[in-house]
Amino acid sequence: MFISMNWISDFVDLSGVDIKALINRFTLSTAEVEDIYEFGGDTKNVVVGKIMSVENHPNSKKLHLLKVDNGTEIVDVVCGAPNVFEGALVAFAKAGGSVCGTPINEAEIAGYKSFGMCCSEKELGISEDHSGIMILNDLGVEVGTDIKSFIPLDDTIFEVDNKSLTNRPDLWGHYGIAREISCLVKRPLKPLDVEDLAQYDGFEGVDVKVETDMCYRYSCITVKNVTKKISPLWMKVRLQYCGQRPINLLADLTNYLAMELGQPMHAFDNSKVNEIRVKMFETPIEFQTLDSSMRTVEPGVMMICNEKEPVALAGIMGGLLSEIEDNTDTLLLESANFDGACVRKSASKLGMRTEASARYEKTLDPEMTVPAIARFLKLLHDVDKDAKISSRVTDVYNKHFDKVEIDFDKAFVDKYTGIDISSDEIEDTLKRLEFGVTRNGDSFKIDVPTFRATKDITMKADIIEEITRIYGYDNFEYKSCASMLTPVRQNPLREDEYNIKKLLASKYSFSEVQSYIWYDNKANKELGIKADSYLRIINSLTGENEDIRSTMIPTLVNFVNKNIENYPEIRMFEDARVVKGIKEDNLADEHKNFAMIIASRESDEYSVITELKKAVDHIAKVTRNKEFEFGSEGLPAYDFIHPKNSAAISLDGITIGYISVLHPKISTKIDKRLTAAICEIDLDAFAKTVPSDIEYEEISKYPGIYIDLSLLTDKNDSFGYIKSIVDSLGNKMLQSCNYVDVFEDPSLPEGKVSLTIRLDYCSQERTLQTEEVNGYVKEVLDAFAAKGISLRS
Amino acid sequence: MLESIEKIKKAFDEALQEVKDSEGLEKLRISFLGKKGAITDSMKEIKNLDNEAKKEFGKEINILKDDIDEAIRNFADKLANARLEKMIGESKKFDFTVPSSQPEGSLHPITLVQRRIEDIFKSMGFIIEDGIEIQTEYNNFEAVNIPKNHPARDMQDTYYLSNGQLLKTHTSAAQNYIMRKYGAPKKGEPPLKVLFPGRCFRNENIDACHENTFWQMEGMMIGEDISISNLIYFMKVLLSEVFERDVKVRLRPGFFPFVEPGFELDISCLICGGEGCPTCKNSGWLELLPCGMIHPNVLKMGGIDPEKYTGFAFGLGLTRLAMMKYGITDIRVLNSGNLKALKQFVS
Repeated sequence: MFISMNWISDFVDLSGVDIKALINRFTLSTAEVEDIYEFGGDTKNVVVGKIMSVENHPNSKKLHLLKVDNGTEIVDVVCGAPNVFEGALVAFAKAGGSVCGTPINEAEIAGYKSFGMCCSEKELGISEDHSGIMILNDLGVEVGTDIKSFIPLDDTIFEVDNKSLTNRPDLWGHYGIAREISCLVKRPLKPLDVEDLAQYDGFEGVDVKVETDMCYRYSCITVKNVTKKISPLWMKVRLQYCGQRPINLLADLTNYLAMELGQPMHAFDNSKVNEIRVKMFETPIEFQTLDSSMRTVEPGVMMICNEKEPVALAGIMGGLLSEIEDNTDTLLLESANFDGACVRKSASKLGMRTEASARYEKTLDPEMTVPAIARFLKLLHDVDKDAKISSRVTDVYNKHFDKVEIDFDKAFVDKYTGIDISSDEIEDTLKRLEFGVTRNGDSFKIDVPTFRATKDITMKADIIEEITRIYGYDNFEYKSCASMLTPVRQNPLREDEYNIKKLLASKYSFSEVQSYIWYDNKANKELGIKADSYLRIINSLTGENEDIRSTMIPTLVNFVNKNIENYPEIRMFEDARVVKGIKEDNLADEHKNFAMIIASRESDEYSVITELKKAVDHIAKVTRNKEFEFGSEGLPAYDFIHPKNSAAISLDGITIGYISVLHPKISTKIDKRLTAAICEIDLDAFAKTVPSDIEYEEISKYPGIYIDLSLLTDKNDSFGYIKSIVDSLGNKMLQSCNYVDVFEDPSLPEGKVSLTIRLDYCSQERTLQTEEVNGYVKEVLDAFAAKGISLRS
Repeated sequence: MLESIEKIKKAFDEALQEVKDSEGLEKLRISFLGKKGAITDSMKEIKNLDNEAKKEFGKEINILKDDIDEAIRNFADKLANARLEKMIGESKKFDFTVPSSQPEGSLHPITLVQRRIEDIFKSMGFIIEDGIEIQTEYNNFEAVNIPKNHPARDMQDTYYLSNGQLLKTHTSAAQNYIMRKYGAPKKGEPPLKVLFPGRCFRNENIDACHENTFWQMEGMMIGEDISISNLIYFMKVLLSEVFERDVKVRLRPGFFPFVEPGFELDISCLICGGEGCPTCKNSGWLELLPCGMIHPNVLKMGGIDPEKYTGFAFGLGLTRLAMMKYGITDIRVLNSGNLKALKQFVS
C-alpha cells in the first residue's frame, strides 16, 4: 500500500520532522516500509502560461504554432495537442526546466523553434489523461505562477508491505497510518473534517433489507444532481501517486475514501438501483462485473441486489449495469461492513482479489461506515456545492463486536518486557493510540477502540505489543536469564542417527540423499516397482504423486537409475519418515526409517551384498556394541526383495529391518549389468534396543594357539549354525570362532561345501600345550560329528 | 718400540684403503683391534720395557688404538651413508600431486547445517526434539492459535490426507506436543529450552526458489520470567554463533498467530555489514526469521499457565540457511538425489 506524506500531513503536523527518520521509525514500530519514492522533485520550471495566439503548422496537420506568455516573456512554442485555443491558461514547462525528469530545452520541431512545452496531466504525472494539454482557466491562477503553488506535485510516498498489515485493519487507510505517526512523533491527530449528517435525519430512508448474517452493517445514502464530473487536481495527484488511476469524480471519491479511511464504498447509479437486498443465492448465477467480465457466482458468495436482480458482488466489485457513467447524476452510496472470511473465500473462489476485498478480509471496524459517508459528502460538497442529498442515512446494523476491556498493571509489563517502562509512558502511548485509559497508580483499565477490537486486540499480551513497539525494540536492553545449571538429556536416537550417517559417509563412502514423503509414481511404474501406501494426499496440485511412502527403497532405486550413467558404483542412504499403516485411532502409523543401497555395474551380486552387510554390521557395533541377527522371520513381502538372498535383521529379539539383494527384475531394468543390495532399518524399532557396555578383558600374558578346520558341511548350513555348535561347548579357553572361507567344488560330494573356520584358544594362567588344544579340537569335532559334519579329507 | 707403532699405523692406513664394504671393515677391525690383533700383540710387548719407555709406549699405543677405532667408526658411517644414498637414489619418485582414488562419501547439506546449529543450541542447554510429519489439524492449527477461517487454513496451502490428517505446514505443529511432554519448569528449575528441526510441506508448485518440501527449525524457551529482553539477547548470541561473526539484530513488529507480540528479526547484512548493498536493498538489514513471545492461548493449550509463565519462540528456515551458506541457487537440487551436486558435500 502506498502512503502519501502530504495526505498524512492533513491529519498530523509534520513540520520540522525528518521524514526519512520517521519512515524508518515506522518500520521498526508499525509495519515494514519496502520503498520510498520522491515525487515532483524532477519537475521544475513549470508555470502557468497563457496562449496568446494559435496558428496551424504549415507542414503538419497535428502541430500548431503558439505564442505563449510565460509570465516573463512571450515565446514561440510548437505544440501537438488538439485542444489549444487562444486565451487558454496552460501548464507551461519553460526551456531549461524539466517535466518528470525529462529536460525541456529549446528545440526545433518540424522546422520551427520551440521554447518550452505545454503539458498534459499524464506528462506531469497527475493522471493517465493524455487526450490534450491541461487547461487551467477555471482555477483563477495568475500567468507566470509556478504550478506547484496550486498543484501539490512534491510528495514523499512510501510503500508499506501489505503482508505486514494483515492483522491491522485500521492501517488500510491514511487516517489509521496518521494515527500511528501521530503517536511516533508525539503530536496530536486532527479530527476528520466531515459533513453533519443529522441535518438529513428527516429525509426518507432507502429500502434496505439484509438477508444474511455475513453482512454486519449496511449504511447508505442517496444523492441527486451531481453535476461536476472531474476531481480536483490535488485529489488526482494523491490517487495517482498512491497507485489508483483517477477516473471521474464519483469513482475517485469512493477510491479516495477507501485510501483515506480504509472503508470500501460503492456508488450505484441511483436511477438503476434504488433499493438494497443483501443476500446469497442458492444456485449458481451469471453476473457481469464492471470490468465487463461475465462470471459464474457460486452459492456462498454474498451479493447486493435491487428488487429484481443482483447489482454487485458484496465487498468485491460492482456490476456493469449499475456502474456510474460520465452522465450519471444520481447515486446510491453504499458504505457497508461484511464478514471478512466470507469475502475472502468469495474473492478467492471468483479469482478476483480487489482493493475492496483485500480490505474487507482483514475484518474492518463496522463503526466506520457512517463516518465514511459523512466524510464522502464533505469532499463531494467541497467540489460540487449543488449536489443534493436525497435520503437520510439508512443504517442496518446487525452485528456489533463486543466491547473489549483489558486490565493490567505495570508489574505485568515489567515481567513481559524484562525492562522498566514507566507508567506515564505506558499511559501516554495508549492514549495517543486512542485507547481509553483509566489509571490508578500502576494499575490500568483499558478500553480498546473499536477499530482495534474486531480481532486484533483481545488480551493483555496484545497491550504489551502496543507499549513495546512504540517504545522501540531497538531501545531494549539485552539480558541473559539467570538460571540453575543442570545437565540436559538429549534424545539418544538423534545421536545414533548422526553416528550412523557419519559412519556410512566417512567409512563406507555413502552419499546422503533427501527426497519427498511421497512415491514418484511415474518412476516406480517405469522400473516396475510395486510399493504399498496407506495414506494419500487428497488435494495435490499436480495430482501425480499422492501416495505417501511406506518404504524408501523405491526412491533410492529411482535415484540410482538417475545417476548410474555417471558412476560405476553408487552408494546412497536416506533418513526420513514413512507411514506403515493407519492405527486404530485413524492416525498415521509414522516411522523414522533409514534406507541404504549399493548398486554397481562392475561387481557381482555377492560382492555388493557383502559390502552392504559389512556397513550394516558396523552400525550395530558402533551404536550398540552388539551384533545384528539375520533370519528369515519378519522379512517384509516387498516385491523388490530377493527371494533367496534376503534376511530380516533383528537385535535384542526385535525385528528392526531387512537386508536384501535387489530383485533382478528391477535392477536389470536399469542396466543389464547392474546388481544392487538394499537395506532398510526402522529407527523407531531400533531405538527400543539397548547398547551394551564395553567389557574389558585382561590381555593374556601367555601365547595362544589357533587351529583352522575345513569342514564338509551341507550347502544350506550357515556359518551361524556351525558357530552355534562350537559355542554350545562353552569352552572358556576358546577366545573366538571365526569364518575363514567357503568353497564349492565338483570334487566334493553332492550338496556339500567346504567351510573353513578358525578356532583361537588361549589361557589367562598358562601357556597352553598342544596336547591340551588337540583335546579341545577333538571335543569340537565330536560335536560336529553328532550333527553329521565331518572334516574335509 | 716406537718404530713398531709407526709400522702398525702405516699398515692400518694401507689396509683401510683396500676396504670395500662392511665385512672388509670388520675383518680389518679384528686384525688390528681384535684379541689377536696387531695392537693387542704390541700391548703384550710392554712388559719387556723399562718404566720410562713403558710409560711413553703405553701412551702412544693407546693413542693409536683410539685413532684406529675412530677411523673404523668414521669409515663405517661413510659406508652406511653410501648405502642409504643408494637406497634413496633407487627409490621411485612419488607424485604427491596425483589425487588419491579413495571414494568419498557425503552428507546432505541440510544435515551439515542442521548438525552445526544443533551443536550451538546444545551448547547453550537446549534439548533437540524430533517431530512427526503427519499431523492432526489440531496440532498444526488450533493448538498454535490458528482458528478455523484463518487464511492459513485455506485448502490450497496445506496437503490434506485421506485419513483427515495433514502434512505439517510448519515446525510449530510440534509446540503443543513438546509443551505437554516437558511441561513448565518446576520451581528452581531452569527454563525449558527446546530446539525442534523438522521437514515441512506446502502445497505449491516448485521452481528454483520454491519447494513443497523444506526444512525449518524452531526454538522455544519457557520459564517464569522469560522476557522480550531475553529473546533479543538469545537471538543475538545464537545468530552470532551461527554466522561466526558479531551480528547486530533488529526487531520489527510482525504478525504470526502463535506469538504476541510477534516480530520479524533482521540481522545486519552479511555481505556489507550494514553499510548498504544490493543484497540488502541498501537497507543494511536482512530479514532473517520470525519470532515472538509465545501467545498465551498457545501456552494454555499446551497445559502451561500463561499467568505464571512466559516464553519466546523463533523459527529458522533451515533450507534457506543451507542455501545461503553454500550458495545454492536452485532449491530443487536438495531433493533431487543428483549425486553430482550432493557428492560435493564430502564428509
